[in-house]
Amino acid sequence: MTWGLENVRVGFGHRIALDGVTVPAGPASVTVVVGGDGAGKSTCLKTLVGLVRPQAGSVRRPAKERIGYVPATAGLYADLTVQQNLDFSASAYRLPAGQRGQREQQLLERTGLAGVRRRLGGQLSGGMQRKLAVALALLHAPDLLVLDEPTTGVDPVSRAELWRLISAAAAQGTAVVVATTYVNEAARAASVVLLEAGKALASGSPDAILRGVPGVVGTAAHRGGGGRPDPLSWRRGVGWRVWAPDGELPAGVERAAPDFDDAVVVAELAAKAGR
Amino acid sequence: MTPVDALAEAATVERRFGSFTAVQAVDLSVVAGEVVGLLGANGAGKTTLIRLLLGLLRPSEGSVRLFGSPPSVAGRRRVGYLPQTLGLYADLTVAQNWSFTTAAFGIRAALPASIGTWRNDLVGALPLGTQREVAFAVALGHRPELLVLDEPTSGVGPLGRARLWEQIRQAADGGAGALVTTHNMEEAQECDRLVVMADGRVVVSGTVTDIIGDRMVTEVRCADWASAFTVLDREGFEVQAAGQGVLRVTGQAADVQKALATCGIEEAAVSTVGANLEEAFVAIVSGPAVSGPAVSGPAVSGPAVSGPAVA
Repeated sequence: MTWGLENVRVGFGHRIALDGVTVPAGPASVTVVVGGDGAGKSTCLKTLVGLVRPQAGSVRRPAKERIGYVPATAGLYADLTVQQNLDFSASAYRLPAGQRGQREQQLLERTGLAGVRRRLGGQLSGGMQRKLAVALALLHAPDLLVLDEPTTGVDPVSRAELWRLISAAAAQGTAVVVATTYVNEAARAASVVLLEAGKALASGSPDAILRGVPGVVGTAAHRGGGGRPDPLSWRRGVGWRVWAPDGELPAGVERAAPDFDDAVVVAELAAKAGR
Repeated sequence: MTPVDALAEAATVERRFGSFTAVQAVDLSVVAGEVVGLLGANGAGKTTLIRLLLGLLRPSEGSVRLFGSPPSVAGRRRVGYLPQTLGLYADLTVAQNWSFTTAAFGIRAALPASIGTWRNDLVGALPLGTQREVAFAVALGHRPELLVLDEPTSGVGPLGRARLWEQIRQAADGGAGALVTTHNMEEAQECDRLVVMADGRVVVSGTVTDIIGDRMVTEVRCADWASAFTVLDREGFEVQAAGQGVLRVTGQAADVQKALATCGIEEAAVSTVGANLEEAFVAIVSGPAVSGPAVSGPAVSGPAVSGPAVA
């Protein structure tokens, strides 16, 4: 691991926000940190970029000017136009004047913002704001790109554009760390950290996480009027999923290959049972 | 005209704001026992349509019926509405929020047991996840016949989402209908039927299988995924990373192969696979030229998309 968090503990007063969390970040690869609201994703990313100081553990990151960071809210100036936002970022990162025009044009075209250079940041739609914020963070071609929920509330079309931009940056050698609440986005990463209540429930490659699901997962049909077919079951589409930690599924439950959604639910159920 | 069991129905509804038409010629109905997913890009008209169905906006053309009548406060009483912003008062306690909502609609019902733990807590002081549970319980607590849920599980983890869906399904089993908007394609697959809007119109509707149809994408497996991605991206293909060494590309396999070979990437395994819901959705909503399977790939020879030159 070139950069990232290792065994990091962060506390705010009496509350432990991160408890021994490791988040790898390597060149030309995408790490996704997945978790619901309050899992500790933002704290992870803030610690990585140096906005929060850990109480224990180590943090490795490139020099400040080689990082691109988009916080969960904003990441752009609402009262500046798209072009002024770009100019401001270019100046802040001391991008040589000769490189600016081409780089800006490239990013604006890729984000579909080329036609709105003169619009105020605050007047862009939510999806456009997120795309502009990511473009601003990419302007100086950082070594480490850190994005806090760039796709939350963003529609699938803009989400696909954002991910194409993120993967393209990784393909060019950037180390990328993305926080998200959308579990299916983890499948796009080389490395995944499942975060819940400040702890990593599971981590590794998407394949390794799927292979590492303990016990077996099955599907059961829904019987009208009935509740959960098993204490360790959850709703999925018109039926149910059932988890058998000991590998013995109840009668009438058919074994299924777990997907990423199942892997996350099992990790959450296992963590609850362990408490 | 209106089927007896349509809980909510829009018939050729149009809504204009000045010169802007937000919703155009939309037909939609929700019947008892079914969960209908309403999908669309931001600005597609989903929220306007919901506001029309609830009677918060009047249609410019066409008609809206809620429980067989024009929307009214009496009708709203039978609806459980969860807005994107949750619709709770942050500076009131959970119990006060419940009393306020039930009083506003003239409903007599006790505070649901599921949120009793936080009875005396100020909503604003609760974690976001708990606020969402409270909002859900407040919207569903009076056993509404129609649920209207706008992005109900945004920011909720998979287990939390499954638990909320357990409640939605339970309500549907009991005969309620539900209209749910979401940007989460995993969640969309929980619905019985989907309605996809773009630019104020319904562009497609049906089950997940209907919507995906026979759309295909090209899958590329390549050890040097970064080079393959960079080439396809530069050539203007809609390309997405899909795991270690796997790319999914909108376009014909032959065109993808040709583009890779031209740039000296030979050892890539290229195959044609079925599209997923997200890919189908993006193709439907963003491409006017998408009518069949895998026809939307740019010709390799032509500069179909203004792909940025990589220096």
